[in-house]
Amino acid sequence: MDGKFDDVLTGEQKIRNFNINFGPQHPAAHGVLRMVLELDGEVVERADPHIGLLHRGTEKLMESRTYLQNLPYFDRLDYVAPMNQEHAWCLAIERLCGIEIPRRASLIRVLYSEIGRILNHLLNVTTQAMDVGALTPPLWGFEEREKLMIFYERACGARLHSAYFRPGGVHQDLPQDLLDDIWAWTGTFPEILDDIDGLLTENRIFKQRNVGIAVVSEQEALDWGFSGVMVRGSGMAWDLRRAQPYECYDEFDFQIPVGKHGDCYDRYLVRMAEMRESVKIIRQAIEKLANEPGDVLVRGKFTPPRRGDMKTSMEALIHHFKLYTEGFHVPAGEIYAAVEAPKGEFGVYLVADGTNKPYKAKIRAPGYLHLQAMDHLARGHMLADVAAIIGSLDVVFGEIDR
Amino acid sequence: MSEALKQLAGLIEEKQADAVISTQITHGELTVVVALNAIPDFVNFLRCDRECLFSTLVDITAVDYPGREKRFDVVYHFLSMYQNHRIRVKACLREDEHVPSITSIHPSAGWFEREVFDMYGILFSGHPDLRRLLTDYGFRGHPLRKDFPTTGYTEVRYDDKEKRVIYEPVSLIQEYRQFDFMSPWEGAQYILPGDEKGEGAE
Repeated sequence: MDGKFDDVLTGEQKIRNFNINFGPQHPAAHGVLRMVLELDGEVVERADPHIGLLHRGTEKLMESRTYLQNLPYFDRLDYVAPMNQEHAWCLAIERLCGIEIPRRASLIRVLYSEIGRILNHLLNVTTQAMDVGALTPPLWGFEEREKLMIFYERACGARLHSAYFRPGGVHQDLPQDLLDDIWAWTGTFPEILDDIDGLLTENRIFKQRNVGIAVVSEQEALDWGFSGVMVRGSGMAWDLRRAQPYECYDEFDFQIPVGKHGDCYDRYLVRMAEMRESVKIIRQAIEKLANEPGDVLVRGKFTPPRRGDMKTSMEALIHHFKLYTEGFHVPAGEIYAAVEAPKGEFGVYLVADGTNKPYKAKIRAPGYLHLQAMDHLARGHMLADVAAIIGSLDVVFGEIDR
Repeated sequence: MSEALKQLAGLIEEKQADAVISTQITHGELTVVVALNAIPDFVNFLRCDRECLFSTLVDITAVDYPGREKRFDVVYHFLSMYQNHRIRVKACLREDEHVPSITSIHPSAGWFEREVFDMYGILFSGHPDLRRLLTDYGFRGHPLRKDFPTTGYTEVRYDDKEKRVIYEPVSLIQEYRQFDFMSPWEGAQYILPGDEKGEGAE
C-alpha cells in the first residue's frame, strides 16, 4: 500500500515496482550470487546479477607463479568437477610446447573427465530438484557423488582439489583394483540413475516448475554465447568432444543427447542422458586401459623423473629440484585451449613469453555467459521461477568470479 | 585443418582489406590483427558472412604490455558452430584510446567488456552499462595491469570495537615473496654485497 490515491472515484492507487535482493545468502543462489530483482507484483521485470563476491584474483595470481604452481588453481574454479578444468590448462601448455602425452595417460584423462561430468550433473540435477521443492534426490545423488569422490581420492589423494592432470600426462598411474572398483560402480550406477529418474522425470510438481520455463531458442543461445548443455537443450548437437576432438575422444562411441524445446525441463533431461553416456565412455575407457600398459607421463623436461632414478642419478635429482622450484619454460606464443567441461566450453587463453610463468592467462568460464543472460531469461517470469532458472543454468561461483 | 584456415584467412583479408592489418596461423589457430576503429564492422562481417558465420562470441580479454607505446591488446575469440572453426581477433590501443563496443552485435559482450574495463581500465564507447563487475563496490585501480601489485592496496577486516567491516591499507607481516630463478650466468643483474662501493657505483 504505497503511493496515494490519485483517483478518488475509482479508488485506484499508484503502485511502484518492488526491488528485492536475491542472495548473497540465498540457498537457491548456488553460491554467493547477489541479484537485484525488480518485481512488478510477482513478475520479474529486471534482474541484475552482482557477481564478484567470490573473486579471488586467480588470473592475477597466476601471473606470478610457475606453470605447475598454477595448476591447483584450476581445481578451485569449478569445484564441482575439478579435473575437467585442469585438463584445459594442461592442453594449453601441451599445445604450446608440442608435447604428445602417452596413450595410457590420455585414456585416464578421459576416464576422469567423465567421472567429473557425472559428479557435476549429479549435483546439478539433484540440487535443481531441491530448488523446486524435492528433498530426496540430493540425498540419493550425494551418495553416488561420495563414491566418485573416493575414486578421486584413490587416484590422487584428494577428494576435491586433485591436481592430478599434469602437463605431460597424469601424476600417478591407477592401480588395477581401483579400475575394477570403478567398473563395478558403473554396473550399479544406472539403477540409481533410474531411481532418480523415477522420482523426477514424470513428477508432477517438478514438471510444473520446469516445463516451459526460460525457453532458449537457437538464436538466443548463439547471441548469449551459450555452450554445453545450454545449447544442446535447445536442439543443437554441439559438443566439443565430437566437433573438435581433443585427447582421444574421437575413438569413443557415445551419443550426444539434445533437447527439443530449450526449457529447464529439457536441460534436465539432457543432463540425465549425458550421465548415461558418460557411464558408457567410462566403461570403454576401462576396457581400453586394460590393454594399454605403459607410462602415464612423458619423460622429459616437463615432468618429474622417476622416483627410482632419483636415488641413483645426480642429473635426475637436479632435474627434480629445478622442476619444482624454477619450473619449466614454455616457449613464447599464445594459445586458446578449450574442453567440453560439464557446464559448457571451458577455455584457457594463455600468453607465454618464454619464461617459467605465464604472461597472461585468461579463464573463460561457461557459467559466466550463462549467468549473464539471467536478465534476459528471467524477465517476465515469476519470482519463484528464478530459483528454477538458476538451477538449470548450472552456475558455480568459483568459476564465474575466478 | 590448416589448409582450411589459410583459405579462411585469405578470404577475410580479401573481403575486409581495409580493416585487416595482418593475419597469422600458429598452433592451428587463426589470428587476425585489425584496426581498432574497424572492430564493430569487422565483427559484424564475421557474424554475417556465409563462409565465416562466427555466431558465438567466446571471449573478450586484454593483455597489458607496459613497455609498448600502444599499451594494450584487446583480444576477441569467436566460434562458428556451423562451420566448426575459431578465430582470434586482436587490436592494439594506447592507454587514452577507447574501444568501440560490440554489445549491439553480440549481447554477450556486455559482461566481457565490463570485466575488461574493470581489470584493465579500457573504456568501451557505446557500452550501455559500463560498471565494474568483479571487484568490490568502491574499488579503485585496475588489478590486471602489470603495474598493480598482486597484494593490492587495501585490505578488509571486521573490527570488533567498531562492530563493522573496515578498510585499511595493506600491511604485510612478511615481505611478498617473489623468487627470481635466473641463475647469475644466465644474465641476471645482481649487486653483490660490497659491489656498490666499486667503480660502477659512481
